[in-house]
Amino acid sequence: MALSHLASSSPSRSANLLKPLSSAISLRRPISTDTTPITVETSVPFTAHQCEAPSRTVQTNAKELATFFRDMVVMRRMEIAADSLYKAKLIRGFCHLYDGQEAVAVGMEAALTKKDCIITSYRDHCTFVARGGTLLEVFAELMGRQAGCSKGKGGSMHFYKKDSNFYGGHGIVGAQVPLGCGLAFAQKYCKDEAVTFALYGDGAANQGQLFEALNISALWDLPAILVCENNHYGMGTAEWRAAKSPAYYKRGDYAPGLKVDGMDALAVKQACAFAKEHALKNGPIILEMDTYRYHGHSMSDPGSTYRTRDEITGVRQERDPIERIRKLILSHDLSTDKELKDIEKEVRKEVDDAIAQAKENPVPEPSELFSDVYAKGLGVESFGADRKEVRATLA
Amino acid sequence: MLGIVRQKMLERSSKKIRPAVSMLRSYSSAAKQMTVREALNSALHEEMSADSKVFLIGEEVGEYQGAYKITKGLLDKYGPDRVLDTPITEAGFTGIAVGAAYYGLKPVVEFMTFNFSMQAIDHIINSAAKSNYMSAGKISVPIVFRGPNGAAAGVGAQHSQCYAAWYAACPGLKVLTPYNSEDARGLLKAAIRDPDPVVFLENELLYGESFPTSDEVLDSSFCLPIGKAKIERKGKHVTIAAYSKMVGYSLQAAEILEKDGIDAEVINLRSIRPLDRSTINDSVRKTNRLVTVEEAFPQHGVGAEICACVVEESFAYLDAPVERIAGADVPMPYAANLERMALPQVGDIVRAAKRACYRSVP
Repeated sequence: MALSHLASSSPSRSANLLKPLSSAISLRRPISTDTTPITVETSVPFTAHQCEAPSRTVQTNAKELATFFRDMVVMRRMEIAADSLYKAKLIRGFCHLYDGQEAVAVGMEAALTKKDCIITSYRDHCTFVARGGTLLEVFAELMGRQAGCSKGKGGSMHFYKKDSNFYGGHGIVGAQVPLGCGLAFAQKYCKDEAVTFALYGDGAANQGQLFEALNISALWDLPAILVCENNHYGMGTAEWRAAKSPAYYKRGDYAPGLKVDGMDALAVKQACAFAKEHALKNGPIILEMDTYRYHGHSMSDPGSTYRTRDEITGVRQERDPIERIRKLILSHDLSTDKELKDIEKEVRKEVDDAIAQAKENPVPEPSELFSDVYAKGLGVESFGADRKEVRATLA
Repeated sequence: MLGIVRQKMLERSSKKIRPAVSMLRSYSSAAKQMTVREALNSALHEEMSADSKVFLIGEEVGEYQGAYKITKGLLDKYGPDRVLDTPITEAGFTGIAVGAAYYGLKPVVEFMTFNFSMQAIDHIINSAAKSNYMSAGKISVPIVFRGPNGAAAGVGAQHSQCYAAWYAACPGLKVLTPYNSEDARGLLKAAIRDPDPVVFLENELLYGESFPTSDEVLDSSFCLPIGKAKIERKGKHVTIAAYSKMVGYSLQAAEILEKDGIDAEVINLRSIRPLDRSTINDSVRKTNRLVTVEEAFPQHGVGAEICACVVEESFAYLDAPVERIAGADVPMPYAANLERMALPQVGDIVRAAKRACYRSVP
């Protein structure tokens, strides 16, 4: 089939595509494999509610910074490419892009292991990739092809990667928060000594089910971390129009909270490590990531009717997460400007290759309409639109 | 034919009429009487004992021993880590239970009544039912949602709705409706063992009813297949298809119809999704007449689905239009006389069966 043809024609390239992000670095000459500790201060100190804030001094190293840079460049390039594919009508339906918010995904991943669970909303492409998903799986899923992470049956909002404890990918605003608390419950039940990060936006922060789940999590001491990715707009509604109290890190009341600069990957890492330690001992904690999305809410939203272009450009100039890491790498002399630009060129090519491969990938077989309705189909019948024409037995 | 009917009528008149629910029709050995409540409780005990991943969650399931005492004794036996009392927050605790199922645990969620499940319906449908499909089989959801469903007695409009048709419409769910103790045990055990989300619709008024249960049913390995209806009473003149409490009413109706020479076949659906279309159609092809019975609102209901499926598959075999008996098309009133009018009674089923048989009465 098309896939195997491509794989055999250019083995090293497609091997890269299938490898998770950070290990792809080791195939080429890295910026640095240096793990000598470097100490950096976060852009702003943390603001704490009902707890003592962690230090704004973060330990990192050249290798980690290189990983942050590369991973965020991949995410940025991937989202921008998805924008073009959507406009070319190769991606249909809803497409919610994450560019601008990459630091949350990479910073969080640096503080966690794959035993920890992550669950998020529909703005899930980059979180999926941070958990080890490949570019091919992303683009194929977006274009509704067989090689997609959900075999083309989920779409943009329904990426999952269970073997890395990534539980999606949810279309109903706020639903993922109780689900995430349920994952934390199960981790505690199984004595796994791991935590769950449940991500939600400033729009979802007002959902009642969030408070219901937080209440139960606090009563039962569940290792749940609720992460509000506050990009300041719930679709077209600014936070001050939707929340009487936009201090989301305080809204847990009895639950401690931390406000974090979500555009600073190191601050995110520090906060997530702190939260993980806290949650394992003391139950739920809220992290508010102050972040920003460059795109509108989705591809149907220009994103400029409810905010000014100056605001968007301003954030891009002052707070862009990739630029922040680039400046850090350069100021610590860990790499040259040319080397970083080479990485960006390389990533661009990787993304283009993945898209080309995904475009060649076939759409699902018609029989897939009826697969996976149940885990155990019991030989039951299912029907197509004209049940006298199309019937199937569910295995 | 008429001679047999007259003889049967003589036999009947010399016996006290017993309620159909405790008829020992075809059971061979002496069976133990067990209430539906005991049946459900024993099933929960056995499944919790067999699989440490099974846990209970809901309002009053633990220290209160269950609002209807279905979960009695389980907290004492399995401890507070496995029997969890929740605050009155259905959306929250149902979401938490579904998340636990994503991770691989096997929650049994109790809704105090299914009326309250509407507060959590997004998690039942969008988080549970659809996940296996959307994830192409990666995220399965081995969860059971159980509790009393449908009308009770005098509880009014907000506490009396039957949700069978609503949940059974949704692909990805399995929907079960036990009638007697055998059903309660076998279907609940099957539901808990099933890897998919199961909506298990009990009936409050049946909890205290006793039924004979054989040794086979009492065995801890007993399990009923999901998706298979049961012919509770074999007959040849008209098929009466019902679920839950209406099975009992249909059996009573069959007794009355027998006196008029109408031999009714009563199907206990047991499973609304998957619906056992082949048992229903086989029966209609034999009797040529069908009455569907449900307590629920009539529009877009289980009876409508059964009628459609029979018209599609067995049209040539129908000798009369399909008759549909259902709850009245009004919110449930409180006054006892109005409530009685709002729910099917045995007489309604008898009348409908006679209408279906208008062509011939042997």
